[in-house]
Amino acid sequence: MSSSVIDPAVIPRMRARPRASLQDWLPRIVLAPSFAVILVFVYGFILWTVWLSFTHSRMMPVYALTGFDSYARLFAQPSWWMALKNIAIFGVLYVVICIALGLTLAILLDQKIRIEGVLRPIYLYPMAVSFIVTGTAWKWFLNPGTGLEKTMHDWGWTSFQFDWLVNADMAIYTIVIAGVWQATGFCMAMFLAGLRGIDGEILKAAQIDGASTYATYRRIVIPALRPVFLSAFIVLTHMAIKSYDLVIALTGGGPGNATELPSTFMYSYTFTRNQMSVGAASAVIMLMTVAAIIVPYLYSELRERRQ
Amino acid sequence: MSGRVEGSMAGGGSAVSRVVIYGLLLVFAAIFLTPLFVMLITSLKSLDEIRDGNMLSLPQSPTIAPWLSAWGTACIGLTCNGIKGYFGNSIMMVVPAVAISTILGSLNGFVLTKFRFPGHKLIFALMLFACFIPFQAVLIPVARVLGMVGLGNSIGGLILVHVVYGLGFTTLFFRNYYEAFPTELIRAAMIDGAGFFQIFRRILLPASGPIIIVTVIFQFTNIWNDFLFGSSFASGDGVPMTVALNNLVNTSTGVKEYNVDMAAAMIAALPTLLVYVVAGRYFVRGLMAGAVKG
Amino acid sequence: MAEVSIRKVEKAYETYKAVHGIDLEIADKEFVVLVGPSGCGKSTTLRMVAGLEEITGGEIWIGGDLVNDVPPRDRDIAMVFQNYALYPHMTVFDNMAFGLKLRKFPREEIKKRVDDAARILDLTTLLDRRPKALSGGQRQRVAMGRAIVRNPRVFLFDEPLSNLDAKLRVQMRTEIKKVHQTIPTTTVYVTHDQIEAMTLADRVVVMNFGRIEQVGPPQELYHNPATRFVAGFIGSPAMNFFPVKVTNEGGLYVQWPGGVKLAVPPQRANRYAPYAGKEMTLGLRPEHLTETHDIEKPGVVRIEVPVDVVEPMGMETMVHFLVNGEEMTARVDPATHAAPGEMLPLAADMNNMHLIDNESNKVV
Repeated sequence: MSSSVIDPAVIPRMRARPRASLQDWLPRIVLAPSFAVILVFVYGFILWTVWLSFTHSRMMPVYALTGFDSYARLFAQPSWWMALKNIAIFGVLYVVICIALGLTLAILLDQKIRIEGVLRPIYLYPMAVSFIVTGTAWKWFLNPGTGLEKTMHDWGWTSFQFDWLVNADMAIYTIVIAGVWQATGFCMAMFLAGLRGIDGEILKAAQIDGASTYATYRRIVIPALRPVFLSAFIVLTHMAIKSYDLVIALTGGGPGNATELPSTFMYSYTFTRNQMSVGAASAVIMLMTVAAIIVPYLYSELRERRQ
Repeated sequence: MSGRVEGSMAGGGSAVSRVVIYGLLLVFAAIFLTPLFVMLITSLKSLDEIRDGNMLSLPQSPTIAPWLSAWGTACIGLTCNGIKGYFGNSIMMVVPAVAISTILGSLNGFVLTKFRFPGHKLIFALMLFACFIPFQAVLIPVARVLGMVGLGNSIGGLILVHVVYGLGFTTLFFRNYYEAFPTELIRAAMIDGAGFFQIFRRILLPASGPIIIVTVIFQFTNIWNDFLFGSSFASGDGVPMTVALNNLVNTSTGVKEYNVDMAAAMIAALPTLLVYVVAGRYFVRGLMAGAVKG
Repeated sequence: MAEVSIRKVEKAYETYKAVHGIDLEIADKEFVVLVGPSGCGKSTTLRMVAGLEEITGGEIWIGGDLVNDVPPRDRDIAMVFQNYALYPHMTVFDNMAFGLKLRKFPREEIKKRVDDAARILDLTTLLDRRPKALSGGQRQRVAMGRAIVRNPRVFLFDEPLSNLDAKLRVQMRTEIKKVHQTIPTTTVYVTHDQIEAMTLADRVVVMNFGRIEQVGPPQELYHNPATRFVAGFIGSPAMNFFPVKVTNEGGLYVQWPGGVKLAVPPQRANRYAPYAGKEMTLGLRPEHLTETHDIEKPGVVRIEVPVDVVEPMGMETMVHFLVNGEEMTARVDPATHAAPGEMLPLAADMNNMHLIDNESNKVV
């Protein structure tokens, strides 16, 4: 070919230094500590907890395996059943009401509201503040002796009764109220983002086709929000299962064990009642529930993005 | 979020429906604000006024005595030094934890988006799932390990825990942000002669302002508000603000000083409220990033 | 001296092979353009030369050094990207100076080099601006400036003009050519636009499916394409391909499906004689199917075609007609009367015919 052919036998094999191997490995070296830490602190510790759930550990861990004993003991505990019943009531009401209220607020706010900039942060601030903080006020507000009931009595409505906080049958619903109050604004923000993401031309087309406002929402807007419903459902369910501060701040699990949730059950059995293996077993059940919801969701999200 | 309205339904409708819509929105706003309002006015009332007055009425003779008491002299357990020490604990825990987890998250995001190597998808998936585990599943081992390495009941231990369990989120935030960062710029910098850290510092970081704010606020809020780790891995004088507040409110000795409780709660809420007021939009973006795009 | 030598270079991904062992020798100061449809492996090849993509087989030499394992920054190359890849937070000056600063050049030297490059590229008044405040063409010039200041052994261009509008593209094409004349440097340029390739290159490399189809100066590719792919890819509008049968009836003919027979010019007869009796493909460019006024020249054959669509372009008119369901194009004088549905007499200049073997797809 051309005169510029280089004869490899004549040219020294390499003048430039070889690919700086450190530079080549740096990305992996940088990522490694984080990954190692997560591998140990998350996955390693989960295995550790699973192991403990198959032992007879009480105050201190012991590592002799004893099969499913702890799970048998766990499901023999009335307070665990109470926790399961409560998480079912709380979870369903919390998710449904948050989504319903959040969607309503989002639709109302999406009507070209002049003071939207003021209202939106008001609905959302509970997410920014610890419930240990706002719980102080809620507890006071729900307490028959100091809060709403007393206020109504002061105003002359002496037959008014609102004692849910200290009523074992109703206390779980105060948790629902407080939880809904905390998370509705977040739901609203998700739905509002969804609404704003809908192509305005589709809505105009629907109106030109003669759809009423109601029909537009019913047939076009709400179906278009399907992914937001899914996200909201996943996030809320996950938050419901992890709810802990809410109960501690409001009822401490009481009266009696009327507002026990799996999260409080796990904590008290592990750290105050010295039944570590039962606590570990309850943690494993919680983890499996969360994984059953989150893993398929994450899997589909990651797949979608790959396409 | 900006006030974009392209997607909005055409406003208008009858005057009546406008009034109904505004009415509903304002009622909800009032409900959402009530707890904060009650906390604030109660914290400015004397105990007598609380006992005799109405929960929702404004203080007749506002006093900041409850705030001073909450800060400096209120009794938590057996010590009566107020919450100032615990406030300090929280600060000493939050600042390093936020800084470290944000820096690591940004480096991880950089590596995971701009350098493809075998297994990077699996690594990201494992880090992502770590965001969502219920912490109960690791509580016992963490307590054991912190005890073993001498970090039990220490701020250092809490910092470690918050960094570790915040890494998934910070990595996720930066990864999603850098995913959209043009890879050509990285290539151009490589050819210009920049190494890994030079590219990171001189090309990527200057473009990362918004996501750094989002991450810092998200982490700050989460760690400041944390209760579970604080109550599990700290005790006595070493607990963070939230745990101390809970202890204060539940201290059952003597007369219940509601105004002091409320003042303490307000103080505990102030840092995050302040951040929320100043940079609320970034806070919301963080929440959404952690939720919608898992 | 900065020859680039690509030897049996391969790029294999997990599931497929993007580049199948290509060989290419690029001389010092030569301007070589890699052209081909998207996915043909041209950008991958360029990125392997740059060091941005690992080489899975073969060797790449730059200026006498084997660079397979040399990172991009040590290859002494500069690259211009499709989306300009300007650092958004730096001024034009800093964008151009970045590579020099990283290499610890003295400040005065940096300033001198940037100023020189800015003068060549007419950027002197824009040095304090950020990329956001520049037009597309200006950004493109900054990207080139960033490459020039480094005074590298090799320039690499990755589709640098495809984000510009048509008019600007023509301007920048000239600009790139001018820069290469002012500062002759070995250049590898990737594009999917064959006109860009023809106008810029000393030699054009046509790639398809990860292989090199043909290498040569633009005119040679145009007049003597080696394969059916090159024949169809180079030239616009594209070459017409007629399915024909080669017959020998006293003289050599190619016969269309409809029965029309075209005489092969005597000077080609020897070359095509061995293919008598075979089904082949006749390649004829639109400009060799013209109005009939030079019908008297030797080798020019008269045919009649049914007009399908007429496209007046101003200085010429494209006439599309169907042969056996395939659309063909002729390039006629605008004065020629042609109307859809009518028959139009055309002169086929068989002196410029190409005959393609249907099995090997090679031009014979």
